[in-house]
Amino acid sequence: MKEVVVLSGKGGTGKTSIVASFAALAQSKVLADCDVDAADLYLLLQPQTKQEHEFWSGQTAYIDNEKCNECGLCQEVCRFGAIENYLVDPISCEGCGFCFQICPVDAITMRENMSGHWFVSETRYGPLVHARLGIAQENSGKLVALVRQNAKHIAEEGNLGYIIVDGPPGIGCAVISSLSGADLALLITEPTLSGMHDLDRVLELCRYFGIPALVCINKYDINEKNSRQIESYCANQKVEVVSLIPFDNVVTEALVNGLPVVEFSDGRVKQEIYNLWRKVSERLTP
Amino acid sequence: MILSVASGKGGTGKTLIATSLALALSEKDKVQLLDCDVEEPNVDIFIRSNVTQSYPVFIPIPKVDEAKCNYCGKCAEVCAYNAIAVVNKKVLIFPDLCHGCGACSYLCPESAITEEGQEIGIVEKGNSGNIELIQGRLTIGQLMAPPIIREVKKHVSFKTEVIIDVSPGTSCPVVEAIKGSDFCLLVTEPTPFGLNDLSLAVEVVRELGIPCGVVINRAGIGDGKVEEYCGKQNIPVLLTIPLDTRIASFYSRGVPLVNGIPEWRGRFVKLFEEIKQKATLPGSPLSLRGLSRAKRGNSAKQSS
Ligand code: SF4
Ligand code: SF4
Ligand code: SF4
Ligand code: SF4
Repeated sequence: MKEVVVLSGKGGTGKTSIVASFAALAQSKVLADCDVDAADLYLLLQPQTKQEHEFWSGQTAYIDNEKCNECGLCQEVCRFGAIENYLVDPISCEGCGFCFQICPVDAITMRENMSGHWFVSETRYGPLVHARLGIAQENSGKLVALVRQNAKHIAEEGNLGYIIVDGPPGIGCAVISSLSGADLALLITEPTLSGMHDLDRVLELCRYFGIPALVCINKYDINEKNSRQIESYCANQKVEVVSLIPFDNVVTEALVNGLPVVEFSDGRVKQEIYNLWRKVSERLTP
Repeated sequence: MILSVASGKGGTGKTLIATSLALALSEKDKVQLLDCDVEEPNVDIFIRSNVTQSYPVFIPIPKVDEAKCNYCGKCAEVCAYNAIAVVNKKVLIFPDLCHGCGACSYLCPESAITEEGQEIGIVEKGNSGNIELIQGRLTIGQLMAPPIIREVKKHVSFKTEVIIDVSPGTSCPVVEAIKGSDFCLLVTEPTPFGLNDLSLAVEVVRELGIPCGVVINRAGIGDGKVEEYCGKQNIPVLLTIPLDTRIASFYSRGVPLVNGIPEWRGRFVKLFEEIKQKATLPGSPLSLRGLSRAKRGNSAKQSS
């Protein structure tokens, strides 16, 4: 069983459309949507939910104003500015419990947060593990880890060949959590200066964690000069550019129709994504 | 006014909007532009400021003096994140898990714990014309963006207009960046992904009690469902930018929209004026400024 994580730095580069197409192309796989705070993959795979689980994580302090003698110690020690006028702002509270530990009259309790849900679903392409982080919740990294763990479990049970992960944007906690220990990262970029800047940071992250990476330039023809620059940058970095996908509005049309683009049209985009998956799978199973 | 520019989904053109607004306003006045997308800061690609100041951001990580420690285990017991463990007469610290809350050092009965700063990123300040840019940058391999965002926001000026570029998504870095703003502009595109992520972002700003409006970028590529949704939810669509290869081309080269196509300047100035009007309606955060946060919004995020 091999795991590939599809990342893009900032998102909006067509990552999820490509993952959905992989879902249609790959044999024997489980899909994992690790973009837990803006999960979109389900829109293209139309899953039937088989299991729904609550995700409890972290705590929030709560002050009992009946007991509180307004000594002010909690406000003084809280480093997250979460207590004001003997009231906890639950959005700022990081749940560290410092206030709870030091309150002289035990007026503070820590309450568990229901931080979201995660699901195991069936799609016509195979099983999908996905999640939804609660609004304004922390711990997306933990939820990502949970999604990957369960995807791995399903892959092992069913003796499936691949875990295909739709990763979150950025380079912070959720990305690190979706990347660590994976077999391969596929980085989807676009030929814009911001895309190039983001690619550079994600690539550095992959290197930091020792994850081999491949690059795909999506919409390469919106600025061919930049695309050539990405290619020479990647050559310098000794990272292979495995695919150049042209811009084509069929990608959005497929999305509007709720289908992976490879099932929606027969053009060059389909051909390129087909080749891309072939190269990714070859790299995963040498 | 503090205006944050966010989008549930990445790549919808948030930075394009934030930079265009700042540039359009800067023709007349000083403007502050904060890049709070510290994982992938891109504002300066468009603004090209000259960085005049740069300093590191640290979080305080505990350090144990083994000579004083008696391995009582109190520190491990109080740490909510399992960032410190006491095993076999040894205190282990896991800096990646530590939030720097300070509980362990304060509560250690032997005063054996001191704190030392661990660098997690940098904050840079620079200028470009009338724009003062402040940007944060998370160090590769570090997990925690919020402390850097907090540091960037310490520079918020109450004398000028402030525009904040927020990271994509809906989790803690987004909340940290949006929190305290007077209005939040949500940038989306008219596709099912754009709609799904917009609806999540709307939930976040509502939770925070911040008024919002929508910008639809690349109008024409998808369907009409985003507008339908905004109508139903009573969210104003304040600007629509068509799918236009010229705009895409300027963007790809790092040229701000208002410089590439100057007739957009007026539209962005107007957009800002309209937002300002909405943000100062009675009952809005801006009209209540001065009241403490606790009084203003004490909505509970927990389920209990
Ligand atoms: S430490 Fe306890 S008693 Fe003192 S102000 Fe806080 S809640 Fe009230
Ligand atoms: S739990 Fe920590 S962050 Fe929350 S209010 Fe108490 S001291 Fe502040
Ligand atoms: S609380 Fe202090 S004395 Fe006790 S184990 Fe931790 S460092 Fe050592
Ligand atoms: S500072 Fe807070 S989070 Fe860090 S080890 Fe100490 S108790 Fe844990």
